[in-house]
Amino acid sequence: MTNTTTPYAIELRDISKRFGAVQANKDICLQVPKGTIHGIIGENGAGKSTLMSIIYGFYEADSGHIEVDGEIVNIRNSQEAIKAGIGMVHQHFMLVENFTVLENVILGAEGGAVLRKGIHDARTELTRLAKEYSLDIDVDMVVEDLPVGLQQRVEILKALYRGARILILDEPTGVLTPQEADHLFRILYSLKEQGVTVLLITHKLREILASTDNVSVMRQGEMVAHRETAQTNKEELAELMVGKKVRLTVNKGDATPGDTLLSAKNVSQFDAQGVKRLKNVSLELRSGEILGIAGVSGNGQSELLNVLSGITEMSEGEIHFAGATINANSPKNASQMRDMKMAHVPEDRHKMGLVTGFEAYEAAVLGYHNSDVYNGKVFMHRKVMVDECKDRMAAWDVRPPNPHLKTANFSGGNQQKIVIAREVEQNPDVLLIGQPTRGVDIGAIENIHEQIVSLRDTGKAILLVSVELDEIMALSDRILVMFDGAVVGELDAKDANERVLGLMMANAYSDDEQGESA
Amino acid sequence: MSQAKVPVWVNLALIPLLNISLAFLISGLVIYAIGQDPFEAAGYMLYGAFGYNEGIGYTLYYATNFIFTGLAVSVAFKAGLFNIGGEGQAYIGGLGVGLVCLALDHTMPFYVIAPLAIIGAAVFGAAWAYIPAYLQAKRGSHIVITTIMFNFIASSLMVYLMVNWLKSPDSLSLNSRTFEENAWMPYLHSLLMPLGIDIGDSPLNGAFIWALLCCVGVWLLIWHTRWGYQLRTLGTNPTAAKYAGIDTSKVTIWVMMISGALAGFVGLNEIMGVNHSLLLNFAAGYGFAGIAVALMGRNHPFGILLAAILFGALYQGGAEVAFDMPEITPDIVVVIQGLVILFSGALEHMFKDRIEGFFIRRATAAQGK
Repeated sequence: MTNTTTPYAIELRDISKRFGAVQANKDICLQVPKGTIHGIIGENGAGKSTLMSIIYGFYEADSGHIEVDGEIVNIRNSQEAIKAGIGMVHQHFMLVENFTVLENVILGAEGGAVLRKGIHDARTELTRLAKEYSLDIDVDMVVEDLPVGLQQRVEILKALYRGARILILDEPTGVLTPQEADHLFRILYSLKEQGVTVLLITHKLREILASTDNVSVMRQGEMVAHRETAQTNKEELAELMVGKKVRLTVNKGDATPGDTLLSAKNVSQFDAQGVKRLKNVSLELRSGEILGIAGVSGNGQSELLNVLSGITEMSEGEIHFAGATINANSPKNASQMRDMKMAHVPEDRHKMGLVTGFEAYEAAVLGYHNSDVYNGKVFMHRKVMVDECKDRMAAWDVRPPNPHLKTANFSGGNQQKIVIAREVEQNPDVLLIGQPTRGVDIGAIENIHEQIVSLRDTGKAILLVSVELDEIMALSDRILVMFDGAVVGELDAKDANERVLGLMMANAYSDDEQGESA
Repeated sequence: MSQAKVPVWVNLALIPLLNISLAFLISGLVIYAIGQDPFEAAGYMLYGAFGYNEGIGYTLYYATNFIFTGLAVSVAFKAGLFNIGGEGQAYIGGLGVGLVCLALDHTMPFYVIAPLAIIGAAVFGAAWAYIPAYLQAKRGSHIVITTIMFNFIASSLMVYLMVNWLKSPDSLSLNSRTFEENAWMPYLHSLLMPLGIDIGDSPLNGAFIWALLCCVGVWLLIWHTRWGYQLRTLGTNPTAAKYAGIDTSKVTIWVMMISGALAGFVGLNEIMGVNHSLLLNFAAGYGFAGIAVALMGRNHPFGILLAAILFGALYQGGAEVAFDMPEITPDIVVVIQGLVILFSGALEHMFKDRIEGFFIRRATAAQGK
């Protein structure tokens, strides 16, 4: 037991963790002073999540140790982490949707077989906590009725209720509107004032710079730099993350839009529960332009992509495409849409765009597997598929260039290249592209962005859906904003800025403000 | 890329072998516990299954049924469907074979009857699987529930048909009349005799050859055709299948029909090959054992062939043990079969992580040098 003069809230010493052949964390050292907000930043796969999982007891480190308040703690599971005063808010909330806030908070800490007393005590304690940290919430609300921002607050309350003095937040703003995110940071400041230490995991440079006291950068499993936030800037952090100079903007000329290739008129869609997910969406997509769809994740963008690409049938309205009129009575499925020269890079390549158990050359024909190019009368032409895959891997710089490697074993960026190559090489007229750079390294992002722009310049019509405002603003020629299933705004990319888009995404944009910003 | 470091033979041979050894070890303890010599029992079992020509013949005859039902389960499983109705499909497939034979054996030669019997088995088995498949694809009724229900319906239907329509008036038991010999699937021993090869007298018949052809056919179907591509896509990632424009209900239905047809071929072996008449319960147990065979064979036709032979050996060797060591009752033999299923099927992952970890560490260490 070493007691230094000023013990850190949490200190990591030489933490290493290996998964099979992959060294996920290597000799990680980290010191987080008490009552500060500490950012940890790094690309996907840099080892941030592994490190947090070690702190929270999901994994055990192969070597090294953790000190809390200057004392070595042995954390082998999340109960021990909670006992050491560590709480975690996961990227995907761990809440029971049909329980109330109160029930969720006491879950696992019920305080006895009979709930009555536990619930009573919890109510008193929660009221105190909510007041102390200004976490306004009605504890009797059912969680599924709460907006995401409040659900996240429940997660924070859960951690505090268990006595957390160190709070880990994993990519907390991914699901929030900019306004909700601002509110979250206000909560974090008040936590900090009460002496709580916050560890903030994110890949968004802007948030790190706006909210943290210190920042640590991870790259390829190693801690490459510690900075005082006030002493650093966006460019330096980005460079530290990827290890080379990067551009955060895209070089592109003005668009020269041509004919309308696809138009949607009042398209609506109801889900299986009868909820209207898409509300009277109308849009026109012209050749030679990139139409960006901005919006917080879950506001109808996925449904829009699915309806346009033929994966789900629309309920109302109609789409005109390639001389055909598509409506609820005469739907076209995804393979018919492909035949009409529409290509689709789906938002979620794992769930939709790839079959991760397939070898790369098999995944590289998904959706085009019925094409005569790949098929004889009965058997598929394996050699044709493999050779083509090899060529594309060379052209698109997919690494490793091995058509027989399982798709799951490529990195995110290379998987995405396999998907984009597959769709683009079919030479479509219209390309729908969702979250093109989600989970992709910065180096590969640049490459993908350039490809999208050069496609536009060859006269393709491109519909881009992304939750990254930077990406929307960098690539689009025209921007539509979606909120709650409807298109709530349209603007020329030249007039767009983060504030306007953010307000539109929260459906809080009024004409007054439009006047102001104009 | 960690999987790449594990040699292929580890997953295909070492791990199954370890699982089986463990099953036999515990079987040995069971036999020891009832006061018998496990080595003596193992000797009888091995000798019974592989020790002499007739034994081998019986082993392969049983294996034929397991190949059909194992393939049936695996084809459906590759598409993400759990067909546990192999029992009923085999039963109804046998009905199809029997009806063809009963209708044509007086008028047609063997080479007309044989292909029609194969078609009869396939059509009846497929039809029996079609209804649950349709309900799953169009109505969302869970295929596990419906296929198991259809086993009971098949069983009752057969009793009804046998009692009211098909029972031979000359027979006291519930059998149809015996087919004429031109509707018998030829025994392999009688096929090979003219060539001067003596494989001993056993019920092993032409259905075994058909089973081997089915293994090759299923392999080609799954890995070399666009239909196989679609069913594998559906089985591993249904969302991606929708994205790719694959008609999932259509695939579900025809995959189940192929599965049912394969199970139906059990009728070729049992009805046309051995019993030469329609009777009750000829498919008993084979449909369910097919699940274990498919699991153990890792849903690969070649693996299924090996697993089917192992199960055939357990059946045949087990019968021999029960005969030669009366204290080991057929129930104990069933216990041994159960242990093999438990260790190779349900517990197949027990060693997997540790063994793979060992090879990954070794490969990493070698790389480090």
